[in-house]
Amino acid sequence: MIDILQNYWLLLLVGQFPNGPLGGLAMTLILAVCGIGLAFPCSIAIALALTSPFRALRASAQALVYIVRGLPLLMFIFWAYFAIPALLGTSVPGVVTMLFALVIYESVYLAEVIRGGIQALPAGQTEAARAMGLTHLQTQRIVVLPQVLYNVLPSILSQFISTIKETSLGYVISVNELTFAANQVNSILLTRPFDVYLLLAIIYFTLCFILTSCVRLLELRVERGRKSLRLKTQ
Amino acid sequence: MGIVSTLELTLLAGCIAFVIGAVLAVVRASGSKLASGFVVVYVAYHRNIPLLVQILFWYFGITALLPAVIQSWLNQHGGGFLCGAIAIGLCMAAYVSEDLRSGMRAIPTGQYEAARAMGLSFMQTMRYIVIPQALRHAIASLVNEMLLLLKNTSLLMAIGVAELTYATRQIESQTFRTFEIFAFATLCYLAISFCIMFCGRALERHFRVAGR
Repeated sequence: MIDILQNYWLLLLVGQFPNGPLGGLAMTLILAVCGIGLAFPCSIAIALALTSPFRALRASAQALVYIVRGLPLLMFIFWAYFAIPALLGTSVPGVVTMLFALVIYESVYLAEVIRGGIQALPAGQTEAARAMGLTHLQTQRIVVLPQVLYNVLPSILSQFISTIKETSLGYVISVNELTFAANQVNSILLTRPFDVYLLLAIIYFTLCFILTSCVRLLELRVERGRKSLRLKTQ
Repeated sequence: MGIVSTLELTLLAGCIAFVIGAVLAVVRASGSKLASGFVVVYVAYHRNIPLLVQILFWYFGITALLPAVIQSWLNQHGGGFLCGAIAIGLCMAAYVSEDLRSGMRAIPTGQYEAARAMGLSFMQTMRYIVIPQALRHAIASLVNEMLLLLKNTSLLMAIGVAELTYATRQIESQTFRTFEIFAFATLCYLAISFCIMFCGRALERHFRVAGR
């Protein structure tokens, strides 16, 4: 296994980068970071729609959440794979397709996380803000969202970890990420699938385990921050 | 055809996940350091590696280690189906065990102590007192895991199991009526998902824990 790593670490890390397209672990990380980064503003919009006072807006956002939660990510990937070229009339690189599917999927899951945060906030906060004459949107922007986003920071990070895991599905439409690279290595070596896939599993594990530990630390910190705030206000 | 396969896979993997998940949760609660250490590692392994990688590992990696007789038997009898069901089942078992564990945490320790004081053994306490209540507490998240499991069966198309997504791709490449067939598959998944969500709601209402 060590010799596979020694021979192919560059392929697994960046793909054929200097001479060809970027790939491997670097691509996985880029996809995950861009995916969650683009999904974040969308998710705030959806979360605000979910908690908005207008019934029509709330219902349509709720319908969107149900539909996205009821479908596999793979379905979104295939829809993006076929629909985007058909709509634009030109072919689109797999990375863009993958990113598009990821953003739709993740923004709904993140929106649920943020909505949970909004609903966990004591109602007195919104009431006080409204009583002071702020409009609904001002209340959300100045009072609610800053607190909520801080409180749900750990959950956002764990959503990022799921996104890293979900980028592996890009393999199905031949996006050049880590799983795809490992598959390439496997087809070069042919005889050692166990070693290659174990190595792949270990790489993902290391990455995600470190991040999970960060989530736990962050959780403790946020919890402590909220407690000290509560003590101060009492 | 694909739909039946998807449902079969969901059921099979679901059974594996629930049985092993329950066992893992009990082992975790047993208090033996070695055993619960094993469960912690098991859960960490399955939660930190993409399911697709686990499936590929089972299908290509583990089967390559098996003796030739079993390999050829697997190839003839749809090894992808079996490997896929095992991979998904074992992975979801990790999630189920975590749900049950948090369900168990909702049960006051007094109940354990009372049950043990009444002379029930550890296994009896688990069977009659703890697990039934933990299941009730965990029902909402267990339904979520079931939904996740259904969606995850679509990953098996990567190893050529003829479930719904794979069948859709197949028909698409034969007929080129891309959007119709994908719309149909999407509706199928939605229908099954909504069934699961609906049943989940009903179960939750039926088994609601008093005082909540």
